[in-house]
Amino acid sequence: MGATRTPSNITQGSKAKGGIGESTLRPDGTLKVTGEFAYSSDMWHEDMLWGFTLRSPHAHAEIKSIDTSQALAQAGVYAVLTYDDLPTDVKNYGLEIQDTPVLAHGRVRHHGEPVALVAADHPETARRAAAKIKVEYVPLPVVHDEASALAEDAPLLHPGRDDHHAGHVPHPNIVHRQPIHRGDVAAARARADVIVSGEYEVGMQDQAFLGPESGLAVPGEDGGVDLYIATQWLHSDLRQIAPVLGLPPEKVRMTLSGVGGAFGGREDLSMQIHACLLALRTNKPVKIVYNRFESFFGHVHRHPAKLWYEHGATRDGKLTHMKCRIVLDGGAYASASPAVVGNASSLSVGPYVIDDVEIEAVALYTNNPPCGAMRGFGAVQACFAYEAQMDKLAAELGLDPVEFRQLNAMSQGTVMPTGQVVDSPAPVAELLRRVKAMPLPPEKQWETAGESADVRALPGGLSNTTHGEGVVRGIGYAVGIKNVGFSEGFDDYSTARVRLEVINGEPVAIVHTAMAEVGQGGVTVHAQIARTELGVTQVTIHPADTQVGSAGSTSASRQTYVTGGAVKHTCEAVREKVLELGRARFGSYHPAWATAELLLESGKVVTDGGEVLADLVDVLEGEAIDLELEWRHRPTEPFDLRTGQGNGHVQYSFAAHRAVVEVDTDLGLVKVVELACAQDVGKALNPLSVVGQIQGGTTQGLGLAVMEEIVVSPEAKVRNPSFTDYLIPTILDTPTIPVDVLELADEHAPYGLRGIGEAPTLSSTPAVVAAIRAATGLALKRVPVRPEHLTGT
Amino acid sequence: MDFLRPASWEEALAAKAEHPTAVPIAGGTDVMVEINFDHRRPEALLDLNRIGELREWEVGEETVRLGACVPYTRIIESLRAELPGLALAAHTVGSPQIRNRGSVGGNLGAASPAGDSHPALLAAGAEVEAVSVRGTRMIPVEEFYTGVKRNCLEADELIRAVHIRKADGPQQFSKVGTRNAMVIAVCAFGVALHPETRTVRTGIGSAAPTPIRATAAEEFLNSALEEAGLWDSGQIIPPAVARQFAELVSGAANPIDDVRGSAAYRRHALGVMARRTLGWTWEEFRGNERSARCA
Amino acid sequence: MRLTFTVNGRKQEADDVWEGESLLYVLRERMGLPGSKNACEQGECGSCTVRLDGVPVCACLVAAGQAQDREVVTVEGLADFAKQRDEGGSASGTSLDEAKRWQSKPGETGTAAQRLAPIQRAFIDAGAVQCGFCTPGLLVAADELLERNASPSDEDIREALSGNLCRCTGYEKILDAVRLAAARSEEAV
Repeated sequence: MGATRTPSNITQGSKAKGGIGESTLRPDGTLKVTGEFAYSSDMWHEDMLWGFTLRSPHAHAEIKSIDTSQALAQAGVYAVLTYDDLPTDVKNYGLEIQDTPVLAHGRVRHHGEPVALVAADHPETARRAAAKIKVEYVPLPVVHDEASALAEDAPLLHPGRDDHHAGHVPHPNIVHRQPIHRGDVAAARARADVIVSGEYEVGMQDQAFLGPESGLAVPGEDGGVDLYIATQWLHSDLRQIAPVLGLPPEKVRMTLSGVGGAFGGREDLSMQIHACLLALRTNKPVKIVYNRFESFFGHVHRHPAKLWYEHGATRDGKLTHMKCRIVLDGGAYASASPAVVGNASSLSVGPYVIDDVEIEAVALYTNNPPCGAMRGFGAVQACFAYEAQMDKLAAELGLDPVEFRQLNAMSQGTVMPTGQVVDSPAPVAELLRRVKAMPLPPEKQWETAGESADVRALPGGLSNTTHGEGVVRGIGYAVGIKNVGFSEGFDDYSTARVRLEVINGEPVAIVHTAMAEVGQGGVTVHAQIARTELGVTQVTIHPADTQVGSAGSTSASRQTYVTGGAVKHTCEAVREKVLELGRARFGSYHPAWATAELLLESGKVVTDGGEVLADLVDVLEGEAIDLELEWRHRPTEPFDLRTGQGNGHVQYSFAAHRAVVEVDTDLGLVKVVELACAQDVGKALNPLSVVGQIQGGTTQGLGLAVMEEIVVSPEAKVRNPSFTDYLIPTILDTPTIPVDVLELADEHAPYGLRGIGEAPTLSSTPAVVAAIRAATGLALKRVPVRPEHLTGT
Repeated sequence: MDFLRPASWEEALAAKAEHPTAVPIAGGTDVMVEINFDHRRPEALLDLNRIGELREWEVGEETVRLGACVPYTRIIESLRAELPGLALAAHTVGSPQIRNRGSVGGNLGAASPAGDSHPALLAAGAEVEAVSVRGTRMIPVEEFYTGVKRNCLEADELIRAVHIRKADGPQQFSKVGTRNAMVIAVCAFGVALHPETRTVRTGIGSAAPTPIRATAAEEFLNSALEEAGLWDSGQIIPPAVARQFAELVSGAANPIDDVRGSAAYRRHALGVMARRTLGWTWEEFRGNERSARCA
Repeated sequence: MRLTFTVNGRKQEADDVWEGESLLYVLRERMGLPGSKNACEQGECGSCTVRLDGVPVCACLVAAGQAQDREVVTVEGLADFAKQRDEGGSASGTSLDEAKRWQSKPGETGTAAQRLAPIQRAFIDAGAVQCGFCTPGLLVAADELLERNASPSDEDIREALSGNLCRCTGYEKILDAVRLAAARSEEAV
């Protein structure tokens, strides 16, 4: 290869022990603050070309013809590709259902669907060429909601479906349906003193990761391709990419580049196949970088949802039953829709004990933008609705909303609607107690020593809309439950390769996994685990690539659990090898080699009594121990398609929030004053990172509560694909976020840890909305809450 | 695309005359977004950054002659006393980075109804100094806006400066957005008291095809204040008068439903902002009157 | 067109620049300085914040030609810039050739750590970096804030950084980092 800019090893020593439980600093921190960390959009290669994607302006249309001749004729253009140029019979991809065309064929099913590709010597050349591609479209009627999707004459998004859900869904425009029945709802309903029902709606949220979809594909001399990419799961990408290229997987060599956030939005492919196709066609390196406008079309979003709930309770505040129906809009392609349905249905009851339930969740195929994974998927939508119901019930019963929740809170031993027994700590009541016990923020923080108000502390902020007029404070609570890891019988394993050797007279552990570091701090934790298990200080994190086995996805709050588990497991095996070597070399010198429990600490083999037996350097004696092992958590089961019964989840994760908001009730503007969180994390491997995850997840929930929504027109067109009109919280919208971390070990998990990334995103949204309801007295059944909702306009 | 880099104002006028389709670029905060997102491909860009005088201002007897490219940050830092309404409006523009580059001249050139400076200019009273090789004309800001993102500049004209009346009384500016910073106006309102002429002027942003004054509201308030002798007495404005003023401001707007907000909300919010900002300015006026009397 | 300007204290030149290119593109794709980030290219995120003649601006909204003969400081030059500010000297930086050969190197964490500006150190120590894509822009903006205002209030920090979006951290640890850098510089005085 010529001059390139690509990822490299990161080595970190540690002054402290740097093991688990310490707030070790990120090994990539220095590279990230100096601007040297190589993100996928920073990849660079001599002679590289720029790829560009031509996208559909229609949400649903037939493609009559595509004429690329003028584009090809333009100087500086090296290739223009359409469906007809795909090299093999495999022309679709998909996470679970291969329904997504690499390039549109005969029909486009959503606004922004890729239709053609251009490679040129400058991005502007590529754009101008793309503008010269003539595509003849004939618009088709649009399916945009449940009624239009299931109407008698509804156009079918995917006629002739033969995927594994096709057989059990009631309509071909339903991707997947999961009912759950448990107990006797009719009998339980008869016992209820109060019954509360409601219809709720969640808008389409975007992951809005800051690093746009991007990467570099470099053709290899062997006919293969090297792909530098930002993704959440290298091997899942590889499984989808290689067949389309007609290459064996080993000829598609993938390396993880710096990932500028993900939050679910990089589970699906974006430009990966496109860059490879252009590179292989032109035999030149090809870089593709989406701009923000394109990024909104380049990845799936959070499923918008409509949710109908009914709950009953006895006068003394015990829940009797729950019925719900959850309709998720999956858009044009399946993406993660089946798993979203699984989560939404199985977690729809929330962290409460309700023995009698009737649940149904479905995901639709429509011509809306495809929706898939986003932090907390399925559970986020349900949590907004069931927590609204809890407040309604508490009000109906005249009970304190927190006490009412505590009265019905689940705990270890609770049976979920799926029949699964929760077999590790579930401190729901305790989390609520803790979050309620935190001191409240002072009133009227906008008041200053002088006469004028500090507008920065008021609703509207710098826009100077109030100096205190119309401002009312409200407080709200919420709690949520999220599954950790891939569920429903998925073989959710990870792989770690660990090499222990002496370099420059010092033992060094090299940890190599395919785990996508997307910012969560997995690389920090891997180094900590290696230090703890192998007693070394120097750890090198090898770039993640496909030269090592799959790590599974950086999603579902699973990586510290599963790849952390794999690193621990492999380190333990490496340690055993070290001890074997030690016994062989030094066993005859000291009886403890045979009799004592041996540990590796500070570069030495020691007994559990603390006696030093040998230096690691001497034990290894120039030899390297190098193992690559897989590790899996307890197996799960699929949910029964009729009853929803099954031990579907690995682990559950819980967080509770208290929101304090100030609402300008005249203008309908909201300032979140404080958003306190209490979460059980099992074991905080890195407390600093744990708090950072909780604060970040909390803020994304805040965004959904008060501002974030992709607005889709009735014609299924995206109306706000930019950061000018898709708003995410700024630092002036984000309050202080005090965090109370509880550590109750889960005995089934490595170090007792609990996956943490998603739970705080769940309860944040309903807590903020509950606080707005408390301030305004309005019902507020939809998020994001808009000024129009608060002012009746 | 050409990139024209005039080193002086004269060169800039000559270049604009020679390349009438050239798009002037100063802070780039509008033009570059359109170029980056491929929404616009002008034949030429006319860079105004090298012309130092455009970043200068002169405080005169009656007006401030504000160079077209004076960044918002400088207005906030240096012209708060002379142009309080514009300084408040400038503070709501984008982010610190945007305020370091964006300017009133750019806002006028883009003529977006959502431009933050327009309501403040309308309320204060301002004239646009439009110059070409043919000469200079002064355009009252009310007449400058001709449609959504359209203004009355001729193809060979550039904005040299804006002449804004110095404040002779309190001024306020409010804008509604769905975020507490870095947000485009859903709608905005500016008000300026002019005790010397015993008049009140207003400006409405983002609630009609162009920025507008709420003239009926102004006329109503002017006569209500006069009839009740409030300019002299410094008494509070009766709530019924403030309410009527607010209703007339709402009524002056001609908003649309769009992705940023509904027409109904815009009308409602304008009424609230009109009532509040009038209250703030009048309180400040009364306070000044009181302290003047005390002194 | 040809473009000549100063980046991180060194004269730089680029040829065949398309007139519609932004300063951000020139820095990232022509100068080998990808530290300034391309999150939105519409002035709404601050990830491309650089100092242009000392003023923090979004590099994505500066037309390349507007940088002619001007001085730019990027995150890559921030440590030197801060050091020279402290010493009262002038800035120097990476040569074009060096920049073009740039590659992130393994194992230089230790040496690089000694070259960090106080605000960079504070971001690492406070846990203000997650995915890190917003970090370069935030560092340039926060460094400039502390240059103007050595002990800002929380609301001052929030206002100064309100043009820099972060999607990972919820901003709490970014506030911590700025407070930490301010406190350390007070101690140092």
